[in-house]
Amino acid sequence: MVDKKRKHSKEIIKAEANSLNFSYADGTQALKKISLPVYENKITALIGPSGCGKSTFLRCFNRMHDLYPGNKYDGEIILHPDNTNILDKRVDPIEVRMRISMVFQKPNPFPKSIYENVAYGLRVRGEKNKRVLDDKVEEALKGASLWDEVKKRLHDLAFNLSGGQQQRLCIARALATDPEIMLFDEPTSALDPIATMNIEELMAGLKEKLSILIVTHNMQQAARISDYTAYMYLGELVEHDETDRVFTNPSKKETEDYITGKFG
Amino acid sequence: MANDKKRVHENNLTLIRSLITKHKKHDHIFAGVGMFIIISLTITLLVLFLDLVFDGYPRFNLDFLTNFPSRRATAAGILSAWIGSALVLIVTFFAAVPLGIAAGVYLEEYAKKNWFSDLIEINVTNLAGVPSIIYGLLALGLFVYSFGLGQTILTAGLTLALLMLPIVIVATREAIRAIPIHIREAAYAVGATKWQVSLHHVIQYSYGGILTGVIIGMARAIGETAPIITIGALTFIAFLPPSPVGLEPPFINFEWLEAGFTVLPIQMFNWISRPQMAFHINAAATGAIIILLTLLMNGLAIKIRYNIRKKIKW
Repeated sequence: MVDKKRKHSKEIIKAEANSLNFSYADGTQALKKISLPVYENKITALIGPSGCGKSTFLRCFNRMHDLYPGNKYDGEIILHPDNTNILDKRVDPIEVRMRISMVFQKPNPFPKSIYENVAYGLRVRGEKNKRVLDDKVEEALKGASLWDEVKKRLHDLAFNLSGGQQQRLCIARALATDPEIMLFDEPTSALDPIATMNIEELMAGLKEKLSILIVTHNMQQAARISDYTAYMYLGELVEHDETDRVFTNPSKKETEDYITGKFG
Repeated sequence: MANDKKRVHENNLTLIRSLITKHKKHDHIFAGVGMFIIISLTITLLVLFLDLVFDGYPRFNLDFLTNFPSRRATAAGILSAWIGSALVLIVTFFAAVPLGIAAGVYLEEYAKKNWFSDLIEINVTNLAGVPSIIYGLLALGLFVYSFGLGQTILTAGLTLALLMLPIVIVATREAIRAIPIHIREAAYAVGATKWQVSLHHVIQYSYGGILTGVIIGMARAIGETAPIITIGALTFIAFLPPSPVGLEPPFINFEWLEAGFTVLPIQMFNWISRPQMAFHINAAATGAIIILLTLLMNGLAIKIRYNIRKKIKW
């Protein structure tokens, strides 16, 4: 179905899914033979209608599905450069989550202080040195363009921030542990246009340091921010290519129908 | 034509309005019945409480709290009973709370969901409804005879802990379930282990609910009589258990655990079964104190829950 990989040889592959199947505990097969590369220092966007499996696919990358019994992976996701199959039973999901962090659809800060939210990933890793923590928290908050807004109230409760600030706090939390890949699951769908713009600008800066995989239901967003776009439908990968090409000259009729709004 | 349209419009409007009036009737009826029931219950409790207060009024003085029971009703007090109750509750607290929270966290966070965990769940829920005298019999067989703990404060505390355990477990589980799934996922997503998630998040965000359960459980335990009688608590005690804290090293001792004791409801029971009216006054005063303690504890539970709900809103 997929035109067997138009090679983007200029890119370095950071991670790649190889014929990945996934079924939920109730037996529904949500992903069918997905093969997709995630390129280093690039933003890869996953688009497609609701229920097409894009979030399910994203959540395979940090083994989120392991939290719920009965879910089944089949196939592999190889993380480079060490060629670890992160879906392998012998690979601890915690190791995977320490290398690949995630930002969720709804801002989900902990009911703790702003500082503790950002520091949590480091605390989990056993970091106790106050100076190291302070530095990392500041760096991460700067990386999430939130530092100037919160530097005077780091010990306030995170719930007192606005929705957009909360989401940037969650980005800072995911950033503080220097992940190799960051996963974004419709990060702006609960935000207003200005907060959305802030986060899009933020992501454009983040890709200098890491690789990004983002699920979005907003095609304009995918077109604006991503370098590569993958269109999924009913659990299958229909098309994956450079974003410009997908949006101007898609190779598949289905992709074109979805992008032009004839469908979906 | 225009007139017709207007009439249809007016008809529709009348119809909608009469419909609303009809439906609202249900609101009013339900609100009225609910109000009536609430008020009658509150009044009943209030009358009971005031009755005890008026009956026991002559005994409300410091001597009543600092005197041992006596053959002369006017000289008798509840010193050994309230100290006994307090010591028993300390044992209950330290036995039931850690165990109950641990069990709740285990069942919610660790246990695999299968028929066995369902079975445990049904059992725990049912345990909360088992008549307390059954716990008394269990404790008599297990703690007093099998373990040889005797008829002591330790035995009574552990017995009441059994009674309180299901309440704490159920409260813990409910509080944990109220934590939204996206908060839990956020913690796992940064690489936390189950233990870290339980310790740093689950317990911290649910302690309001847990504390409420603990206090309500304690309020129940303080008034329990049947299981304590079953294990053979004494009814007339004119001495105090050894003090748990001392002035000389090691400052804390545990001899009190092995002492004989009585508790408030038993003291009350004892007085009420005497023929002399004078002792009934003592019983009423004790009853008023027990109710007051229960009300205070439940009030505290409500206050804590309210404060925490204000702080953590998902």
